[in-house]
Amino acid sequence: MTESFPLLPDGPVQWAWGVVLFWLALGFSALLLQGSQRLLSRLVFPLGALGALGIAGVGAAGMVLPASAVILPIGLPDLPFHLRLDALSAFFMVLLGGASFGITVYASGYFRSMAAGPLALLALWYHLFLAGMVTVLLADDAYAFMVAWEVMALSSYFLVTTDHKVPEIRFAGFLYLLIAHVGAVALLLAFGVLQGGHGDYTFDTMRLAEMTPFWASVAYLLVLFGFGAKAGLVPMHVWLPEAHPAAPSPVSALMSGVMLKTAIYGLLRVTFDLINIQIGWWGTLALALGLITALYGVIFAAVQSDMKRLLAWSSIENIGVIIAAFGLTLIFYTDGKGALAALTLTALLYHALNHAFFKGLLFVGTGSVLHATGVRQMGHLGGLMRFMPWTAWLTLVGALAIAGLPPLNGFVSEWLLLQAFLLTPGLSHPYLNMVIPVAAAIVALAAALAAYVMVKFFGVIFLGQPRDPALHEAHEASWPERLGMLWLAAGCVLLGLFPAHVIGWLSPVVRLLTNQTLVNDGSWLTLAPVSAERASYAPLIFFAVVTGVVLLTYLWVRRVYHGRVRRSDPWDCGYPEQDARMQDSAEGFGQPIRQIFEVFMKVERETPDPFDRNPRYRGASLDKLWFILYEPIERVTGWLSQQAGRLQHGRIQWYLIYSFATLIFLLVFTTR
Amino acid sequence: MSTGILLQLAQSLLAILLAPLLMGWVNQCRAWLQGRSAPPITQPYRTLRKLFHKDAVIAHNASPLFRFAPYMIFACMALAAGIVPTIANDLPFSPAADVIALVGIFALARVFLALAAMDIGSPFGTLGARREMLVSFLAEPALLMVFFTASFIAQSTELPVIVQTLAHREFAIYPSISFAAVAFWMISVAENARIPVDNPSTHLELTMIHEAMILEYSARHLALIEWAVALKLFTYSTLGIALFLPWGIAPQGDIAALPLALLVMIAKLLLGGAALAFLETISAKVRLFRAPEFLGTAFLLAVLGMLIHFLLEV
Repeated sequence: MTESFPLLPDGPVQWAWGVVLFWLALGFSALLLQGSQRLLSRLVFPLGALGALGIAGVGAAGMVLPASAVILPIGLPDLPFHLRLDALSAFFMVLLGGASFGITVYASGYFRSMAAGPLALLALWYHLFLAGMVTVLLADDAYAFMVAWEVMALSSYFLVTTDHKVPEIRFAGFLYLLIAHVGAVALLLAFGVLQGGHGDYTFDTMRLAEMTPFWASVAYLLVLFGFGAKAGLVPMHVWLPEAHPAAPSPVSALMSGVMLKTAIYGLLRVTFDLINIQIGWWGTLALALGLITALYGVIFAAVQSDMKRLLAWSSIENIGVIIAAFGLTLIFYTDGKGALAALTLTALLYHALNHAFFKGLLFVGTGSVLHATGVRQMGHLGGLMRFMPWTAWLTLVGALAIAGLPPLNGFVSEWLLLQAFLLTPGLSHPYLNMVIPVAAAIVALAAALAAYVMVKFFGVIFLGQPRDPALHEAHEASWPERLGMLWLAAGCVLLGLFPAHVIGWLSPVVRLLTNQTLVNDGSWLTLAPVSAERASYAPLIFFAVVTGVVLLTYLWVRRVYHGRVRRSDPWDCGYPEQDARMQDSAEGFGQPIRQIFEVFMKVERETPDPFDRNPRYRGASLDKLWFILYEPIERVTGWLSQQAGRLQHGRIQWYLIYSFATLIFLLVFTTR
Repeated sequence: MSTGILLQLAQSLLAILLAPLLMGWVNQCRAWLQGRSAPPITQPYRTLRKLFHKDAVIAHNASPLFRFAPYMIFACMALAAGIVPTIANDLPFSPAADVIALVGIFALARVFLALAAMDIGSPFGTLGARREMLVSFLAEPALLMVFFTASFIAQSTELPVIVQTLAHREFAIYPSISFAAVAFWMISVAENARIPVDNPSTHLELTMIHEAMILEYSARHLALIEWAVALKLFTYSTLGIALFLPWGIAPQGDIAALPLALLVMIAKLLLGGAALAFLETISAKVRLFRAPEFLGTAFLLAVLGMLIHFLLEV
């Protein structure tokens, strides 16, 4: 480890720090550009995107280069920042850079209609947010980590509350901030446990600390809670469906696609790197929580009628899948099945990367829809494919990818995860080896429901007839927006078509955490993680055959028969007065799910009586956990603060009595 | 390798060409059992020919997705039919997709059909899409569980390996496979839009699922979808045969066994089609919200099969 100056370009960690400083400079210089909207959106954001590309490059280099570290003399006198870049940080940096490049390019088009003043502030928070996330990945001591973590939380809070004049958005921001800080407190405590009484908070000390199983478990539970709160693990998920819709779309994309992954990074870092011992039940707990989260998230996604809220719930589902993979990795790892742990970890990392791309794409897609129509409620949209074909087709790629359909990327990680589940009978634990394969059914159910959700999402927004006449004026997304979406969609396609390359590329990370690599048994075309006899999947052949058959069939039909087309009105079943309002609404599409899974929900219905002249129907499916868990906590907290409030009278003589009593009390106890 | 590719092409073409015949056979059996005079077994081919000759009538507001979807669905089903070992085992295509990917192919076709159904914006289309997705999200995990049971036995998710293992082990009635077979039957019925989950021969808006989705289609697009539906039934039938009655499928490299394998496969398909028609005749279509119960039963049976495999057969 060498002490060096921040910008000396002699290793990936310095390069990464250089980009962080570049983003900080960019953010603060945005404040100086308050007068010029043009410069802000057309210069600052593209430069920021360049920084993201740089971070992705640094990460790619860091994946293959040995770990490098640096100590920066910033912060408190005796407490410098320790930064380190190893393969794990580098992987998440690629994820961050890759996704945020597309999102930031998009943002440079998206924010063109925003007034210069607020945009300057937004640009500051935006780049601070990016810088904070990278620093989280670089941090090599608890102090730097917590500082970066808080920068990330606070800057994203200000991004969420961009439209702070709307009360709901203020509430969403507050809820987000609250849960972020409850989580941060848990992390602080966890680092306290991890340093093991040395008083030294560098990660190097933590790696060497000898821990008893009890204290290791305490640290693990705190970390699971702390990072779970950030990632949206049930029951700490409530902030997600509030905060994601509130934020501007590129910010939602960044939060959902990238920020949630920093929590996954932290979880991996602490559990596999900083804690020396791992205990089997940790994995079982994470697996159970992950599966519950996945199912809970996707069920609620299916009943949403706000498009961004739907995506937020879908993020909860994906985080659940990732945490379940994390739990399974731990189970394999503690059971001494290193190769299987490597397989599961590969699935986890792959899914994290995939989610960054497709969720980023879907969120920015909703941003374009929002810009073109000003509506977030799916019940007022429809038929947009004809007015915004670019947005529609690119969003379709994201929707198919997130639904886990071959040959796109979502399917690859799901396939790898299911393969891992199929190997659980090899576990030495007598019950787990039978129960966990059944748990795979929940992953399968969540994936199948995700397809339901995505058909609803895409179908209701982009297909059918416009439910509102104003939609006929909807305009296509601007060019930077399209380019950003194109980048993210290309990521989804390439990650789906070349899985053998991707898992080869992931192997340094997997080796770092599990001391094993996943060997691909197939050729570059075929993905065969265990052995070619066991399982294989070749998306390129798949893609080629489907494309070939489509083309052949098309040509054959044209050649042998004809291509004549007549246009007419849709079939009206003998009832000519059909209009766009008769299509299935978002609520209607979710109705079967609501009916089947009503136990998880608190359903509020308002139905008009038959003689109502002005009938109104309202139905809302609310999160039951909010009422079971959060409202009681809120009531108790309210009651406690009320009781504490009794001490406050506002009269000086009472406060003097308090001081006097405290003094007496301390004197009595200290002199004893 | 070159014989493998030839064999692969031959088998895929055979599946594509014979699939409507199986549909015709099932319809014929159904008519006989219901005391009607049966249409000829080649009726599906005549229907396809008629449809291909007609002019396509498309709604004014149809998007390119609507016209693209039938080709996509047909291609997916053709790929699926190529992967399942019908008469020969171990085909060059088969490493491209294992059983999990096969489920993915079916899902891809289904999502495209559902999206195309929502494209016109007629109330029926969305209704059908919603119902189809409802049935499928229940059927898909159950289907995976059936495949998982077979995979646990064969220690592989590759179809050729599964078929090889199941065909060459000691003959006995294995409880896990029996449960899985019943579950697979129920799932196939649901996925192929047959009674009791859906009725292929009705256009009643209260009950229809599949027919509601393709209501807007006509001519060549409809023909491709109908053909894909026949292929799907064919693929599910050969899949069931490959998993539960694998005897007779020619092993790798054994060209001489092919003619016999073809005859055995035709016999099995005839029996299977007759059984499907019989079961359809004696059961009634259930209400839509009874379908989850039906599929839940299938799911439980599949899971039971898997647990029994762990408890009794390992």
